Amino acid sequence: MFELDGVSLARGGSVSLQTTHLGILEGEVLVLLGPSGSGKSTLVRLLMGLETPTTGVARFRGRPLPELEPQAFRRQLGYVVQGGGLFPHLTAEGNVTLVARFLRWDEARIRGRLSELAALTRFPVGALSRRPAGLSGGERQRVSLMRALMLDPEVLMLDEPLGALDPITRGELQRDLGDIFARLRKTVVLVTHDLAEARTFATRIALLREGRILQTGTFEQLRDAPADGFVSRFLGGESALGPRSAEGRAPEVR
Amino acid sequence: MTPLSLAAATLAATIGIAALPTTAQARERHEVVVGSKKFTESVILGEITTRLLAASGIPATHRAELGGSRVLWDALLHGDIDVYAEYSGTLRLEILRGEGDVTDLAPRLSEHGVILGPALGFEDTYALGMPREVAGRLGIDRLSQLRAHPDLRYGFSHEFLDRTDGWPALRSGYGIPSGRVTGLDHDLAYRAIADGAIDVTDLYSTDAEIRGGHLTVIRDDRRIFPEYEAVLLLRASLTTSAPGAREALGTLEGRISADDMVAMNAEAKLDKVPPGAIADRFLRKLGVDSSRSSPPELGLAARLWQRTREHLFLVLSSLLAAIVVGIPMGIAAASWPSAGRVLLAIVGMVQTVPSLALLVLMIPLLGIGTAPACAALFLYGLLPIVQNTYAGLTGIAADLRDSALALGLPAATRMRLIDLPLASGSILAGVKTSAVITVGTATLGALVGAGGYGQPILAGIRLDDTRLILEGALPAALMALAVQGAFDAAEWLWTP
Repeated sequence: MFELDGVSLARGGSVSLQTTHLGILEGEVLVLLGPSGSGKSTLVRLLMGLETPTTGVARFRGRPLPELEPQAFRRQLGYVVQGGGLFPHLTAEGNVTLVARFLRWDEARIRGRLSELAALTRFPVGALSRRPAGLSGGERQRVSLMRALMLDPEVLMLDEPLGALDPITRGELQRDLGDIFARLRKTVVLVTHDLAEARTFATRIALLREGRILQTGTFEQLRDAPADGFVSRFLGGESALGPRSAEGRAPEVR
Repeated sequence: MTPLSLAAATLAATIGIAALPTTAQARERHEVVVGSKKFTESVILGEITTRLLAASGIPATHRAELGGSRVLWDALLHGDIDVYAEYSGTLRLEILRGEGDVTDLAPRLSEHGVILGPALGFEDTYALGMPREVAGRLGIDRLSQLRAHPDLRYGFSHEFLDRTDGWPALRSGYGIPSGRVTGLDHDLAYRAIADGAIDVTDLYSTDAEIRGGHLTVIRDDRRIFPEYEAVLLLRASLTTSAPGAREALGTLEGRISADDMVAMNAEAKLDKVPPGAIADRFLRKLGVDSSRSSPPELGLAARLWQRTREHLFLVLSSLLAAIVVGIPMGIAAASWPSAGRVLLAIVGMVQTVPSLALLVLMIPLLGIGTAPACAALFLYGLLPIVQNTYAGLTGIAADLRDSALALGLPAATRMRLIDLPLASGSILAGVKTSAVITVGTATLGALVGAGGYGQPILAGIRLDDTRLILEGALPAALMALAVQGAFDAAEWLWTP
């Protein structure tokens, strides 16, 4: 589906991403895992064509991104960021249906798709008329997910989708996300610094540190044959996670 | 309807109301337009000229207090005015300077399409004045004595400081040390001299204050100041557009003596008689009854209403133009960062041009009246709008910007549906700043004949009349408050 061929990104003299080779397979859930500042989000932005690589080339379905028509390409992608990235001047429905309305879908099709998505994401239909400020954090993520799925894209890009949520909401949404991935069978790229989350969702994990992919593989492969000490420490849930996560959340929470 | 388009529609509607007949559309009514400079004597001469024409059956209107010599001269050449009173010295040494031999004015003027009209009969030359008490103590009555007193504090009008026939001529002619010289407004100079803040100031030989008795006029014993004979200048086209006007004005030839002029200036300035009434009284002495053909003085409410309309028109039309141009400029600056920096720098530079200078710069291009004032106000209003549009757009949070980009909308659509609404708070704040600034700056529009609240302020400064100043300053302050309030309400309404 995606292919990064020798891609690197240098910005303002510092290197955000070292030379990277990475393939993303159709239908897999690839989790980009690593501490903050390791280049996970940069990788996603490169995949979406929001950044232009300094070296190398990124391909989507075999074609280099610069050759693609950017609007059509981006409509193949659904994007969810931490906090939802909802536009505050639009209602939940306005956010979700923005592009569909621009594409002049008829009203019946829009309504049909809306109720389908509300059911899928377990979002209360009555709250669709609210603006983001009137929604809870979990609801905002559900709306963001609806917006990402509205055009039925081939790929979902989720950048720390659960990052800003309290533990209870986080657990709920994590379960629902798992169900949604299973039902839709879309290609998913998910960014997280949370090992438990990675283990829950991932078909494959790419573990990053300081702008470099250290190892790619299933959780078990990374656990049983870590490429270096950092990988083994990270999967052991030790201090490599940084102080916030090191406060005692066990990696084996299930 | 988005907040911004609603605001634009409201503005447009209000301008429509304000644009109802405001400043006399004299051109369409074939009236002779008389101009005057922004000092009392010129205004009185303007009134005399206007009323004499009207009494002779020639429709005439007076655009009072337009500015300085250059403004009036440009307006005359441009055809904004047809007649005004000028001084021969100003013509020779300032206006026609560098045009060869100017001993004979009439042929030089006719090259510009200007007729040298009647000489009015008095001279208003520059003179220096000192408080009677200081002059007496130092024993000064001739300019050549000033040299011996290097400690004297001089306060001169800006025009006098700059004019080649003013301070520079005097300083070299008498060898006066140029230590302690301050520039200030001519009318304020009298206050400064009364308060003891300065010792010497420039004055005109027909100034009302001379008769007040507190000032000693220092004799120009070396005849450095040129002669400043008062004459009327007429646009040559007047002979065809208003036949008889030239002949009617000819009756003024040699009829106004220096004593007459000092008396009339004193009436206006010290006794607060309206210039129209002074003109009527003077013309009666010449056997002309102008009181019936002259327009009645407007009452306070009517004056306020007219000025409010004029002021609103200035503010709203220039603000609307600044919005229509400024927001796209801000968008362009945000879209192309390197070009944007240049654009912002240029717009910022306009702000550093003093408003008076900007107004005067507009006159050769746009004449006098509403057009140059609106153009200058528009330029001043741009910066806050361009800057806030730019800041609002570039300040959109990264996650929102990426989310918007990821939707795959065309750039223009993304701008309209997402970026501009997200920046609208900042843009609205910029428009508010611009509006409040414009309400204040628009008072300067009166200097180029645009009317508005600046008119009574100018007259009030000229006549040292606090009541008149307040008649313009208070409504202007109220309008600024109202504009601020209206925008605050709009912000409150539109913030979800």
